[in-house]
Amino acid sequence: MSVAQIGQSVRRTEDQRFVTGKGRYVDDIGRPGQAHAFFLRSPHAHARIRRIDLHEAQHAPGVVAVLTGDDLAADKIGGLICGWMIHSKDGSPMKAGPHPALAQGKVRYVGDHVAVVIAETLAEAKDAAEKIVVDYEVLPAAVDPAKTQAKGAAQVHDEAPNNTVFNWHLGDKAATDAAFAKASHVTTIDLVNNRLVANAMEPRAAVGDYDSGTDNFTLYTTSQNPHVARLVLSAFIGIAPENKLRVIAPDVGGGFGSKIFIYAEETVCVWAAKKVGRPVKWVAERTEEFLASAHGRDHVTKAELATDAAGKILGLRVHTKANLGAYLSTFSSSVPTYLYAPLLSGQYDIPAIYAEVDGVYTNTAPVDAYRGAGRPEATFVVERLMEVTARQIGMDPAAFRQRNFVRSFPHQTPVIMCYDIGDYNASLKKALELADYKGLGRRKRESARKGLLRGLGFSAYIEACGIAPSAAVGSLGAGVGLWESAEVRVNPVGTVEILTGSHAHGQGHETTFAQLVSARLGIPMEQVSIIHGDTDKVQMGMGTYGSRSGAVGMSAIVKALDKVEAKAKKVAAYCLEASESDIEFKDGRFTVKGTDKGLSFGEVALQAYVAHKFDGQELEPGLKEGAFYDPKNFTFPSGVHIAEVEIDPETGVTRVDRWTAVDDFGVLINPLIVEGQVHGGIAQGIGQAMMEGAVYDQSGQLVTASYMDYRMPRAEDFPLYQIATTSTPCPSNPLGIKGCGEAGAIASPPALINAITDALGHEDIAMPATPQAVWKAAQKTVHKLAAE
Amino acid sequence: MTTVNLTVNGKPVAAKIDPRTLLVQFLRENLRLTGTHVGCDTSQCGACVVHVDGHAIKACTTLAASCDGASVTTIEGLAHNGELHPMQEAFREHHGLQCGFCTPGMIMTAVDLVQRKGNHLEEHTIREELDGNICRCTGYHNIVKAIAAGAEAMAGQVSAQAAE
Repeated sequence: MSVAQIGQSVRRTEDQRFVTGKGRYVDDIGRPGQAHAFFLRSPHAHARIRRIDLHEAQHAPGVVAVLTGDDLAADKIGGLICGWMIHSKDGSPMKAGPHPALAQGKVRYVGDHVAVVIAETLAEAKDAAEKIVVDYEVLPAAVDPAKTQAKGAAQVHDEAPNNTVFNWHLGDKAATDAAFAKASHVTTIDLVNNRLVANAMEPRAAVGDYDSGTDNFTLYTTSQNPHVARLVLSAFIGIAPENKLRVIAPDVGGGFGSKIFIYAEETVCVWAAKKVGRPVKWVAERTEEFLASAHGRDHVTKAELATDAAGKILGLRVHTKANLGAYLSTFSSSVPTYLYAPLLSGQYDIPAIYAEVDGVYTNTAPVDAYRGAGRPEATFVVERLMEVTARQIGMDPAAFRQRNFVRSFPHQTPVIMCYDIGDYNASLKKALELADYKGLGRRKRESARKGLLRGLGFSAYIEACGIAPSAAVGSLGAGVGLWESAEVRVNPVGTVEILTGSHAHGQGHETTFAQLVSARLGIPMEQVSIIHGDTDKVQMGMGTYGSRSGAVGMSAIVKALDKVEAKAKKVAAYCLEASESDIEFKDGRFTVKGTDKGLSFGEVALQAYVAHKFDGQELEPGLKEGAFYDPKNFTFPSGVHIAEVEIDPETGVTRVDRWTAVDDFGVLINPLIVEGQVHGGIAQGIGQAMMEGAVYDQSGQLVTASYMDYRMPRAEDFPLYQIATTSTPCPSNPLGIKGCGEAGAIASPPALINAITDALGHEDIAMPATPQAVWKAAQKTVHKLAAE
Repeated sequence: MTTVNLTVNGKPVAAKIDPRTLLVQFLRENLRLTGTHVGCDTSQCGACVVHVDGHAIKACTTLAASCDGASVTTIEGLAHNGELHPMQEAFREHHGLQCGFCTPGMIMTAVDLVQRKGNHLEEHTIREELDGNICRCTGYHNIVKAIAAGAEAMAGQVSAQAAE
């Protein structure tokens, strides 16, 4: 392997272990003497627990312990927390009920945790769980987010009257109302952003371990942010002080947001390890993932767009009911508020915006961040409004967008965000060309000849990534700062270890981060190791979500590398007997300006450790530097996706015929990996638009709790995607990176629904546009066409 | 308890097991071959695909006892003498994996597919044949490319072996 460059599609170094079956996921970890946990879950959406009889279960074969919420309370283990305070528009703090890791007195959704059985084998734990007798008083359930605030609806928590956690708003209501008053056209749409389940292929898992000799706990967990898990488990839940709790997130098989949060199961496993004196392991079955991992989206929205006679947008007004489920998950309150409404300006110059959001409780699984988190919901609102408005006022949808694009930067929107840079028209122009927009009419006629309906839809998305400036998010209610840390350890022989607070669960950090270091230090990639996911190795970090690991995580590495280079130059100056200001570093060599005298990076590293050539009082030996990087601003990836579909009105089957994506991610470190992120995001977005949906029946039973019922996207559902990029390097971080992890999932749902509604010739379809739904909608089209 | 005799990745294995032990549990827990994964428990996702007597099967819904006398190949048995199997190499070269969790099952399915349908695979054939393997990361784009390339490379491997 040679010295890597920025912008090179280096093949991933981590793949060697994954393609040979040597990845090490939590379920692959076996601790000596470990016992197995199985959670007894509520079969009811809402019930009071009158009594739990554990006697028979406790005496079943192989059982080590059966524990309930009373045991947690007796040990003073605190409940799970929500780390983002939202204030309602009247200034009052959000109203949240308690969230015990094991139920105390009441269960509030199907899958809620009633008790845990710990046994020698998983089979024995499951058998024993069947012997627990729970006397439930079943209560009426509030399931529908649109109806949960109504008078007479079942109350999920006494603390939140009318099931309203907050009634929050953003923007200038009076200015927006005034804009609407002078509009020549108002477009009104009602949207449901369907509830999704993240479905990382690796189910969540946890192994708790306790060393009574040292009083140290270790938790192996499927986490995107092990340090945040340690912080919460220590400071809020009270398992152990941070110095006595090690959290390890080894290889993690996908997250998509669902593994950010601190859950009941890992809390119980690490606590129980001390209680029973054995390592305790739990691995979710897929159905448990459906029942009790945080879900995503689930918005009910009314949105209006005001335009003038020339097709210029005057204002945007949005009212959303956001389902938060039965308990507030770790970052749930931030998703439908500050990760949502600040993106409602899209790529457009909109003078006035007002958004109102009701965060509501229902008797369903907690809802929190899922790939994109708030930004897909905002993009769906904006891009559906753009398309529908263009159709209603008779403008070409591309031209209508062009008329309203933000053209000068920085651009302050009316909803917090200040866009630093972009060229929205460049992406649109490129996308129109690649998608052969001009040939659409011909393709539509060809489809019509076959009795098929063809449609094309746009989505010009923007997102806020690089999450996030700590002071900014602190002022908005975040309980944490969102910087990132890095430590660069140069070893005496010139090999390098990078310790990062970012966590990789598919993103390829071991490659891209090493690529960055290799390019910067001029050393081969194999001399660089990336270490992450272990709180005993990496001191502190904020983890990976919100497309932040490039823009924030890598910027921290750059900052630490700057310090390493500065120190190495001092060492080189001593060794080369030159002035520090005359030392230059290029292509892995330190040279004295204007001479051929020089030392390699490895030679300087060795000199730093042997410390023979300099006074250890003036210059410390060693070569190791750390940095915390706090971003100045969010980053604003943007782009245009164009979907083209062909619908068979006889069957309702929609075939995605073409997909064109032109994204502006700023500077790319590894284009191959970036493209992979875009592919995956698009597939999840198409999944949301056409297939996926978590459905509760009226009694609160989850009727889509396995892959037999929840329609996961499969290989056959997609065409090969056509991917391209434009680039306006981000000015607010040293690498010019914007982030690419969520773009596909943010952009694609409205593109697809816009394409389907274009094909249908009417707007009457909701997500997921399944064959059944499309067939019904297409009947209207067929009748209309027949009448013409 | 029941006794099973198997050949796993070329090595004979004998064990006394609980009759309800699934093949995937036996491989992962008894033999510590943790490359075979469990993603769904319902035969849908394919993370658990291994070869039994040369055919791809889902180890999460197969009883270990029912494989008595069979020869099992897992992802750990695919590379030889430290050299990746052409399909493994193709997944690496074409970025056909991200988190890596579905990958062992994908690769085992792909090798079986080539054995059944030959070395020159159309895109639609690959997509159709992946019906029983779910990936949440890649959007399948690079998996499809990797399998097409891996299939071609396997033809080269067979002719190279024949030449030896």
